Amino acid sequence: MRRCLLAVGTLMSPVAAVAQDSVPPLDQGVRVGITYTPGIRPRLVVLPGAGLDSVRQVLERDLDYSDRFEMLAGGRSSSSGSINLGLYAALGAQYGVEVSPAGPAISIRLHDLTVGDVVNEQLVVLPAFDSPPFRMAVHRAADEVVRWITGTPGIAATRLLFVGGNQLYRIDSDGLNPVAITPGHEKALSPVWSPDGRSVAYTRFEEGRGPVVIRELSTRAVRTVPSTSAGLNYAASFAPDGRTIAFTRSDENGTDIFSANIADQCCVRRLTAGRFADNLSPTFSSDGNRIAFISTRAGPPQVYVMAADGTGQELLAPFDFGVTGSSNGPEWSPDGATVAFHRDVERQPQIFVVDVGNRRVRQLTSTGRNTDPTWAPDGRHIAFVSDRSGTRQLWIIDIETGRVRQLRTPTSTRLPSWSRRLAASAGDIP
Amino acid sequence: MHRTSFLTVALVAAAAACGGSQPEPEPPAPVVDSAAIREQARLDSIDAARRAREAAERARAEAERRAREEAERVRAALVAELAAMVNFDFDRSDIRPVDTSNLDRKAAILAANTGVRIRIGGHCDERGSDEYNLALGNRRAASTKRYLVNKGVAASRIEIVSFGEERPLDSGSNEGAWARNRRAEFELIGGGATLVAP
Repeated sequence: MRRCLLAVGTLMSPVAAVAQDSVPPLDQGVRVGITYTPGIRPRLVVLPGAGLDSVRQVLERDLDYSDRFEMLAGGRSSSSGSINLGLYAALGAQYGVEVSPAGPAISIRLHDLTVGDVVNEQLVVLPAFDSPPFRMAVHRAADEVVRWITGTPGIAATRLLFVGGNQLYRIDSDGLNPVAITPGHEKALSPVWSPDGRSVAYTRFEEGRGPVVIRELSTRAVRTVPSTSAGLNYAASFAPDGRTIAFTRSDENGTDIFSANIADQCCVRRLTAGRFADNLSPTFSSDGNRIAFISTRAGPPQVYVMAADGTGQELLAPFDFGVTGSSNGPEWSPDGATVAFHRDVERQPQIFVVDVGNRRVRQLTSTGRNTDPTWAPDGRHIAFVSDRSGTRQLWIIDIETGRVRQLRTPTSTRLPSWSRRLAASAGDIP
Repeated sequence: MHRTSFLTVALVAAAAACGGSQPEPEPPAPVVDSAAIREQARLDSIDAARRAREAAERARAEAERRAREEAERVRAALVAELAAMVNFDFDRSDIRPVDTSNLDRKAAILAANTGVRIRIGGHCDERGSDEYNLALGNRRAASTKRYLVNKGVAASRIEIVSFGEERPLDSGSNEGAWARNRRAEFELIGGGATLVAP
């Protein structure tokens, strides 16, 4: 379904008009190139109305960040109470989102301006204005509007984890509400969300060693993943069912990938056995049956894939020996079709994706050093670390349009992990 | 004995001269001197013995201190030799020829001090993936350990850990800083209270 296809050798496709990285094709056997052919984006306007501008503002930004629409400015509140829908239709808007009070709740209506119909409506009871739960409730409403129009929910009601200094932080998808999750005296690495968004796993780094621990966000209860009290354990990945976790262990025996049952706190299995190679950074496929990972078995680190029990190991992202740079930081897309990773191009890491079906590799970035991609739940947005602004910050690329935006964080950031969509029970944890 | 008879003679002579009349105040008699002298001599002899004893004690303490200092100096020198870092080329974990004499010396010190246990920490420069660098640091520590084990050091005496790029010696972003940061560090973790030179 991806509209952005591989450009082979030449750049002949039209390029999106939005800001984006552009890269000449590499003539290194692995054929890559960046060409974004954006699909038709319907024009959408958040209609003005009396009051509730704080809701409209969050809604408008969320719909814009979904990169699914061409946003038209709705203008500010009209006091007359009636909205001239025909005017917006004449301006080319296909959809209008109306926000109005409805007793103790607010009503969010979607108008199809071309046919003059209300397509859908939701009633939302909002928590106290400007509190984090207020904004998460609007984010969820915005994601629902995206689903009405595109069939796929938006990604506003999500959060990202990242490491800032020694600490682990979470931040809302719009860059607001940063919260430190781990205490300042601990050093955290390699955070990752549990599939239900209620817990995070990370490495508690202690003098060259460290366990993978799972912290429940609401209770702050912490437990250690079985067998990780010894050695240095990191780069964990939850299976989609949340019952199994795969992780990397470095110790006397080298660096290999293990899995453990965290539902029953048992059953540790070693999945790789690299006598002379390192195997690290596992990432589960969306069906939980396969794991992509990094191995140095051919020399420089590259992206491989295996069954979740460790069998059938093979190369996933093709490379030219002695030519292609190191590849690291893989993360399997939520739709299962693609694995994102970063690969050195002229000693600068850049974000790539490999199509799991046809093994084609595509480069997504070219500006600065770009590492550690993590997928939004819609399978088309990727957050990554970039130093393009001078310091390491989080940036988000829409791989369908190539549009890039910065997610402003209070500190220098690295090792991000994007959550799945957060239900109210997970999204409202303070 | 001789002094006692002299005292007796003097007392007899004095009594005879006075003829039993009131004794005149006597001038300080040699008898008093002789007692003091004897006492002084006794004290002197005690003092001399004490001083001799103290001097011997001082000499012994000094010798001990010197020996201790020498042992400590030797120990410090050996600890410094054990702690001397080795460095690595970019994205490599093999021991460089320039570092083999450093490691050979460590192996000899460990052979001469069989109670000593060490921990090797592998470190990386800031380039490269954060997580890959944890694996690379581990490989550097393991490679360093393997060299020492091949030189006869029991594997059980060496622990390895990895710091990846988490603890740079030099926070700069240049070739010099990167070269310094690509290293293995050595830490004494047991049996190092006294060390003998090989």
